[in-house]
Amino acid sequence: MAVGSEPIRNVQWIGPGASTALVEAVGDIDMQRSADFQRGLMEVLDRRPRQIVVDLSGVAYMDSSGVASLVKLLARVRREKIGLRLAGLTSRVRSVFEITRLDSVFDIFGSAQEALQP
Amino acid sequence: MTEPLKSSLRLQIASTPVHLPIVRAAVDRFAGMLGFDEATCGKITLAVDEALTNIIKHAYHGRDDKPIEITLGTVPAPAGKQALRIELRDWGTPAGREEIKSRDLEDIRPGGLGVHIMNSIMDEVQYAPADGGGTRLVMTKRM
Repeated sequence: MAVGSEPIRNVQWIGPGASTALVEAVGDIDMQRSADFQRGLMEVLDRRPRQIVVDLSGVAYMDSSGVASLVKLLARVRREKIGLRLAGLTSRVRSVFEITRLDSVFDIFGSAQEALQP
Repeated sequence: MTEPLKSSLRLQIASTPVHLPIVRAAVDRFAGMLGFDEATCGKITLAVDEALTNIIKHAYHGRDDKPIEITLGTVPAPAGKQALRIELRDWGTPAGREEIKSRDLEDIRPGGLGVHIMNSIMDEVQYAPADGGGTRLVMTKRM
């Protein structure tokens, strides 16, 4: 992944009334890119979806700053009663969630396809 | 078949996040050459990355032109085994007690997870003031 490329490659609006945002994240989400990742997530949230699915299958590495971006998103979706699902975690990314015990806090699905099921 | 590692590796980087992917690649490969499995290599890499992030943020307050020295090697461990030893040396503001304290994970909030990650993954994490100023952080992981 080229240095400085956007951590959110694409956002698809799908489902009835295009109310679900499928966010495709890519590359390493580390100290260098987590601020952009968080900004992108908040922009999606500001468009008031009913649900957000973050597809992390293209993320090979995530550090605690990337996890923190998702925790901030979680705090806001809970307040605003918006659904949030994480999908396609690679083994290394899942490991960060397990070490920080956040794997039981987020709704985690094997793939974006599974996460998009009602 | 890769030859077993017999010598240490020293990297000197500037305190910029741009260098972090390069260090991660080196640590991952070094741990792998010592015989750690793929999952453990990933965790060790994460621990080093979190430590470097803390140095950039807290010791150097986000300055991107300060030196950080990373030394990877092995040391004897109990029962005739070996351990991976990773030393991170900076010349910045010494880490305060709050910055090296693990926090309660029941409190679900962003931030402060890096120290918990380092302590969870590595067998030993020791901070010490370094001669000439700054901090020497030594982490070990038994094989």
